[in-house]
Amino acid sequence: MPESTERGALTEAVYYILLALHSPMHGYGIMQYVKELSNDRVNLGPGTLYGAINTLIEKGWIKALSTPENSRKKEYEITLKGRETLLLEIERLEELLAHGNKIARRDA
Amino acid sequence: MKYRTFKFFVDFEKEEKWLNQMAAKGYNFIDFSLPGRYLFETGNPGEYIYRIELLKHLPNSPESKDYIEFLEDTGGELVSSHFRWAWFRRKSADGPFHLFTDYSSQIKHYQRIIWFIGIVGIINLVIGFYNLCYGLLLTGPDYGFFFNAYLAPISFLIAFFCLKVTTSYYFNLKKLQKESQIHE
Repeated sequence: MPESTERGALTEAVYYILLALHSPMHGYGIMQYVKELSNDRVNLGPGTLYGAINTLIEKGWIKALSTPENSRKKEYEITLKGRETLLLEIERLEELLAHGNKIARRDA
Repeated sequence: MKYRTFKFFVDFEKEEKWLNQMAAKGYNFIDFSLPGRYLFETGNPGEYIYRIELLKHLPNSPESKDYIEFLEDTGGELVSSHFRWAWFRRKSADGPFHLFTDYSSQIKHYQRIIWFIGIVGIINLVIGFYNLCYGLLLTGPDYGFFFNAYLAPISFLIAFFCLKVTTSYYFNLKKLQKESQIHE
Protein backbone atom coordinates (compact mmCIF):
# COMPACT_ATOMS: atom_id res chain seq x y z
CA MET A 1 0.00 0.00 0.00
CA PRO A 2 2.90 2.53 0.12
CA GLU A 3 1.95 3.91 -3.33
CA SER A 4 -1.58 4.81 -2.30
CA THR A 5 -0.68 6.28 1.10
CA GLU A 6 1.88 8.57 -0.59
CA ARG A 7 -0.93 10.00 -2.66
CA GLY A 8 -3.43 10.32 0.18
CA ALA A 9 -4.62 13.61 1.65
CA LEU A 10 -2.26 15.46 3.95
CA THR A 11 -3.41 16.26 7.44
CA GLU A 12 -4.08 19.90 8.21
CA ALA A 13 -1.09 19.96 10.55
CA VAL A 14 1.28 18.55 7.91
CA TYR A 15 -0.09 20.87 5.22
CA TYR A 16 0.49 23.96 7.35
CA ILE A 17 3.90 22.79 8.59
CA LEU A 18 5.03 22.36 4.96
CA LEU A 19 3.76 25.85 4.14
CA ALA A 20 5.50 27.34 7.18
CA LEU A 21 8.82 25.73 6.31
CA HIS A 22 9.16 27.54 2.98
CA SER A 23 11.44 29.68 5.12
CA PRO A 24 13.63 28.07 7.82
CA MET A 25 11.97 27.97 11.22
CA HIS A 26 12.29 26.32 14.62
CA GLY A 27 9.42 24.58 16.41
CA TYR A 28 8.07 27.63 18.19
CA GLY A 29 8.26 29.64 14.96
CA ILE A 30 6.14 27.01 13.16
CA MET A 31 3.50 27.13 15.92
CA GLN A 32 3.26 30.93 15.79
CA TYR A 33 3.26 31.07 11.98
CA VAL A 34 0.51 28.47 11.62
CA LYS A 35 -1.55 30.11 14.33
CA GLU A 36 -1.36 33.51 12.60
CA LEU A 37 -1.93 32.13 9.11
CA SER A 38 -5.08 30.30 10.22
CA ASN A 39 -6.40 33.23 12.29
CA ASP A 40 -5.97 31.33 15.58
CA ARG A 41 -7.88 28.31 14.30
CA VAL A 42 -4.98 25.84 14.12
CA ASN A 43 -3.00 25.56 17.36
CA LEU A 44 -0.32 22.90 17.07
CA GLY A 45 0.42 21.19 20.37
CA PRO A 46 4.11 20.52 21.01
CA GLY A 47 3.52 16.74 21.16
CA THR A 48 1.71 16.72 17.84
CA LEU A 49 4.21 19.06 16.17
CA TYR A 50 7.22 17.07 17.40
CA GLY A 51 5.76 13.82 16.06
CA ALA A 52 4.89 15.41 12.71
CA ILE A 53 8.36 16.97 12.29
CA ASN A 54 10.07 13.63 12.91
CA THR A 55 7.79 11.82 10.46
CA LEU A 56 8.36 14.49 7.80
CA ILE A 57 12.14 14.27 8.26
CA GLU A 58 11.94 10.47 7.90
CA LYS A 59 9.96 10.92 4.68
CA GLY A 60 12.48 13.45 3.41
CA TRP A 61 9.86 16.19 2.98
CA ILE A 62 11.68 18.53 5.36
CA LYS A 63 15.22 18.62 6.73
CA ALA A 64 16.85 19.84 9.92
CA LEU A 65 19.38 22.60 9.26
CA SER A 66 22.79 22.43 10.89
CA THR A 67 22.54 24.80 13.81
CA PRO A 68 25.09 27.48 14.63
CA GLU A 69 26.90 26.77 17.87
CA ASN A 70 25.40 29.65 19.83
CA SER A 71 21.85 28.50 19.08
CA ARG A 72 20.33 25.49 20.79
CA LYS A 73 17.09 25.56 18.79
CA LYS A 74 16.94 23.35 15.74
CA GLU A 75 15.67 24.88 12.53
CA TYR A 76 13.90 23.05 9.73
CA GLU A 77 13.26 23.71 6.06
CA ILE A 78 11.14 22.13 3.33
CA THR A 79 12.95 19.95 0.75
CA LEU A 80 12.34 19.62 -2.99
CA LYS A 81 10.42 16.41 -2.36
CA GLY A 82 8.30 18.26 0.23
CA ARG A 83 7.51 21.03 -2.26
CA GLU A 84 6.47 18.49 -4.90
CA THR A 85 4.21 16.72 -2.43
CA LEU A 86 2.64 19.99 -1.39
CA LEU A 87 1.97 21.02 -5.00
CA LEU A 88 0.27 17.67 -5.66
CA GLU A 89 -1.86 18.23 -2.57
CA ILE A 90 -2.84 21.72 -3.73
CA GLU A 91 -3.96 20.19 -7.05
CA ARG A 92 -6.05 17.67 -5.15
CA LEU A 93 -7.58 20.39 -3.00
CA GLU A 94 -8.39 22.43 -6.12
CA GLU A 95 -10.23 19.44 -7.52
CA LEU A 96 -12.24 19.11 -4.29
CA LEU A 97 -12.99 22.81 -4.28
CA ALA A 98 -14.04 22.86 -7.93
CA HIS A 99 -16.43 19.96 -7.42
CA GLY A 100 -17.77 21.48 -4.22
CA ASN A 101 -18.48 24.78 -5.93
CA LYS A 102 -20.07 23.10 -8.91
CA ILE A 103 -22.32 20.68 -7.06
CA ALA A 104 -23.00 21.99 -3.55
CA ARG A 105 -22.97 25.70 -4.42
CA ARG A 106 -24.42 25.19 -7.89
CA ASP A 107 -22.02 27.67 -9.47
CA ALA A 108 -22.32 27.96 -13.23
CA MET B 1 5.44 29.22 50.48
CA LYS B 2 5.21 25.50 49.93
CA TYR B 3 2.23 23.23 50.36
CA ARG B 4 2.31 19.46 50.43
CA THR B 5 -0.52 17.03 50.05
CA PHE B 6 -1.13 13.36 49.37
CA LYS B 7 -3.50 12.15 46.70
CA PHE B 8 -3.90 8.96 44.73
CA PHE B 9 -4.85 9.07 41.06
CA VAL B 10 -5.21 6.35 38.48
CA ASP B 11 -6.95 8.56 35.92
CA PHE B 12 -4.43 11.06 34.53
CA GLU B 13 -7.19 13.29 33.13
CA LYS B 14 -8.73 13.72 36.58
CA GLU B 15 -5.27 14.43 37.97
CA GLU B 16 -4.65 17.02 35.25
CA LYS B 17 -7.97 18.69 36.04
CA TRP B 18 -7.14 18.80 39.75
CA LEU B 19 -3.66 20.29 39.12
CA ASN B 20 -5.23 22.98 36.93
CA GLN B 21 -7.83 23.73 39.60
CA MET B 22 -5.03 24.09 42.14
CA ALA B 23 -3.10 26.35 39.72
CA ALA B 24 -6.22 28.49 39.26
CA LYS B 25 -6.19 29.03 43.04
CA GLY B 26 -2.53 29.99 43.01
CA TYR B 27 -1.02 26.64 44.02
CA ASN B 28 1.54 25.72 41.38
CA PHE B 29 2.49 22.07 41.31
CA ILE B 30 6.27 21.56 41.39
CA ASP B 31 7.03 17.97 42.34
CA PHE B 32 5.57 14.49 42.57
CA SER B 33 6.90 11.45 44.37
CA LEU B 34 5.44 8.08 45.32
CA PRO B 35 3.16 7.04 46.88
CA GLY B 36 1.25 10.19 45.91
CA ARG B 37 2.95 13.22 47.38
CA TYR B 38 2.24 16.45 45.52
CA LEU B 39 4.31 19.52 46.28
CA PHE B 40 2.99 22.97 45.45
CA GLU B 41 4.39 26.45 45.54
CA THR B 42 2.15 29.45 46.04
CA GLY B 43 2.12 31.90 43.15
CA ASN B 44 -0.20 33.98 41.03
CA PRO B 45 -3.59 32.34 40.51
CA GLY B 46 -4.06 31.08 36.97
CA GLU B 47 -0.46 31.65 35.94
CA TYR B 48 0.08 28.15 34.53
CA ILE B 49 -1.68 25.43 32.56
CA TYR B 50 -0.62 21.88 33.41
CA ARG B 51 -0.56 18.82 31.15
CA ILE B 52 0.41 15.23 31.88
CA GLU B 53 1.97 12.87 29.36
CA LEU B 54 3.04 9.26 29.39
CA LEU B 55 6.31 9.52 27.47
CA LYS B 56 7.34 6.88 24.94
CA HIS B 57 10.68 6.43 26.69
CA LEU B 58 12.10 7.14 30.14
CA PRO B 59 12.66 10.88 30.72
CA ASN B 60 16.46 10.63 30.71
CA SER B 61 16.68 8.63 27.48
CA PRO B 62 18.09 10.51 24.45
CA GLU B 63 14.69 10.32 22.67
CA SER B 64 12.81 11.88 25.58
CA LYS B 65 15.54 14.47 26.23
CA ASP B 66 15.25 15.61 22.63
CA TYR B 67 11.46 15.86 22.97
CA ILE B 68 11.61 17.70 26.30
CA GLU B 69 14.14 20.17 24.86
CA PHE B 70 11.81 20.76 21.89
CA LEU B 71 8.89 21.33 24.23
CA GLU B 72 10.88 23.75 26.37
CA ASP B 73 11.89 25.69 23.25
CA THR B 74 8.20 26.22 22.56
CA GLY B 75 7.62 27.81 25.96
CA GLY B 76 6.73 24.67 27.94
CA GLU B 77 8.48 23.44 31.06
CA LEU B 78 9.04 19.97 32.46
CA VAL B 79 7.93 20.30 36.07
CA SER B 80 8.33 16.78 37.38
CA SER B 81 8.66 13.24 36.12
CA HIS B 82 8.19 9.80 37.51
CA PHE B 83 9.02 6.64 35.58
CA ARG B 84 7.62 7.47 32.09
CA TRP B 85 5.07 10.00 33.40
CA ALA B 86 5.87 13.65 32.80
CA TRP B 87 4.19 16.78 34.16
CA PHE B 88 4.48 19.81 31.90
CA ARG B 89 3.26 23.36 32.29
CA ARG B 90 3.17 26.55 30.27
CA LYS B 91 2.25 30.10 31.17
CA SER B 92 -1.42 30.65 30.45
CA ALA B 93 -0.49 34.04 28.99
CA ASP B 94 0.94 32.09 26.02
CA GLY B 95 -2.56 30.89 25.11
CA PRO B 96 -4.26 27.50 25.30
CA PHE B 97 -1.89 24.64 26.03
CA HIS B 98 -2.55 21.13 24.74
CA LEU B 99 0.16 18.59 24.04
CA PHE B 100 -1.79 16.76 21.36
CA THR B 101 -4.00 18.64 18.95
CA ASP B 102 -4.99 16.06 16.36
CA TYR B 103 -6.76 12.73 16.48
CA SER B 104 -3.83 10.58 15.42
CA SER B 105 -1.49 11.84 18.15
CA GLN B 106 -4.27 11.73 20.77
CA ILE B 107 -5.06 8.16 19.77
CA LYS B 108 -1.39 7.13 20.09
CA HIS B 109 -1.16 8.70 23.55
CA TYR B 110 -4.32 6.90 24.71
CA GLN B 111 -2.97 3.61 23.36
CA ARG B 112 0.27 4.03 25.32
CA ILE B 113 -1.69 4.76 28.51
CA ILE B 114 -4.12 1.87 28.03
CA TRP B 115 -1.20 -0.55 27.72
CA PHE B 116 0.58 0.95 30.70
CA ILE B 117 -2.34 1.01 33.15
CA GLY B 118 -3.75 -2.24 31.79
CA ILE B 119 -0.49 -4.05 32.51
CA VAL B 120 -0.22 -2.53 36.00
CA GLY B 121 -3.80 -3.74 36.60
CA ILE B 122 -3.09 -7.27 35.40
CA ILE B 123 0.11 -7.52 37.46
CA ASN B 124 -1.84 -6.50 40.56
CA LEU B 125 -4.54 -9.03 39.76
CA VAL B 126 -1.93 -11.80 39.53
CA ILE B 127 -0.20 -10.70 42.74
CA GLY B 128 -3.60 -10.53 44.46
CA PHE B 129 -4.49 -14.09 43.46
CA TYR B 130 -1.06 -15.34 44.43
CA ASN B 131 -1.30 -13.80 47.88
CA LEU B 132 -4.83 -15.03 48.36
CA CYS B 133 -3.98 -18.61 47.42
CA TYR B 134 -0.74 -18.59 49.33
CA GLY B 135 -2.37 -17.10 52.39
CA LEU B 136 -5.39 -19.37 52.42
CA LEU B 137 -4.01 -22.66 51.13
CA LEU B 138 -0.31 -22.92 51.65
CA THR B 139 0.16 -21.30 55.02
CA GLY B 140 -3.37 -22.43 55.87
CA PRO B 141 -5.51 -22.20 58.96
CA ASP B 142 -3.36 -24.82 60.69
CA TYR B 143 -0.59 -22.29 60.94
CA GLY B 144 -2.92 -19.53 61.99
CA PHE B 145 -1.13 -17.29 59.52
CA PHE B 146 -3.15 -15.48 56.91
CA PHE B 147 -0.82 -12.56 56.31
CA ASN B 148 -0.61 -13.00 52.54
CA ALA B 149 -4.35 -13.30 52.32
CA TYR B 150 -4.71 -9.98 54.12
CA LEU B 151 -2.48 -8.35 51.50
CA ALA B 152 -4.56 -9.63 48.61
CA PRO B 153 -7.39 -7.07 48.86
CA ILE B 154 -4.89 -4.21 48.43
CA SER B 155 -3.74 -5.67 45.12
CA PHE B 156 -7.33 -6.39 44.09
CA LEU B 157 -8.31 -2.83 44.86
CA ILE B 158 -5.45 -1.40 42.78
CA ALA B 159 -6.27 -3.87 39.99
CA PHE B 160 -9.93 -2.86 40.11
CA PHE B 161 -9.18 0.85 39.71
CA CYS B 162 -6.60 0.27 36.97
CA LEU B 163 -8.90 -1.94 34.94
CA LYS B 164 -11.83 0.43 35.48
CA VAL B 165 -9.80 3.36 34.13
CA THR B 166 -8.42 1.23 31.28
CA THR B 167 -11.97 0.38 30.25
CA SER B 168 -13.07 4.01 30.26
CA TYR B 169 -9.97 5.01 28.23
CA TYR B 170 -10.73 2.20 25.84
CA PHE B 171 -14.17 3.67 25.14
CA ASN B 172 -12.64 7.14 24.71
CA LEU B 173 -10.16 5.64 22.27
CA LYS B 174 -12.92 4.00 20.24
CA LYS B 175 -14.78 7.30 20.13
CA LEU B 176 -11.66 9.10 18.85
CA GLN B 177 -11.02 6.42 16.26
CA LYS B 178 -14.58 6.69 15.01
CA GLU B 179 -14.32 10.49 14.80
CA SER B 180 -11.01 10.25 12.96
CA GLN B 181 -12.70 8.24 10.22
CA ILE B 182 -14.90 11.14 9.22
CA HIS B 183 -12.81 14.19 9.99
CA GLU B 184 -9.52 15.40 11.36
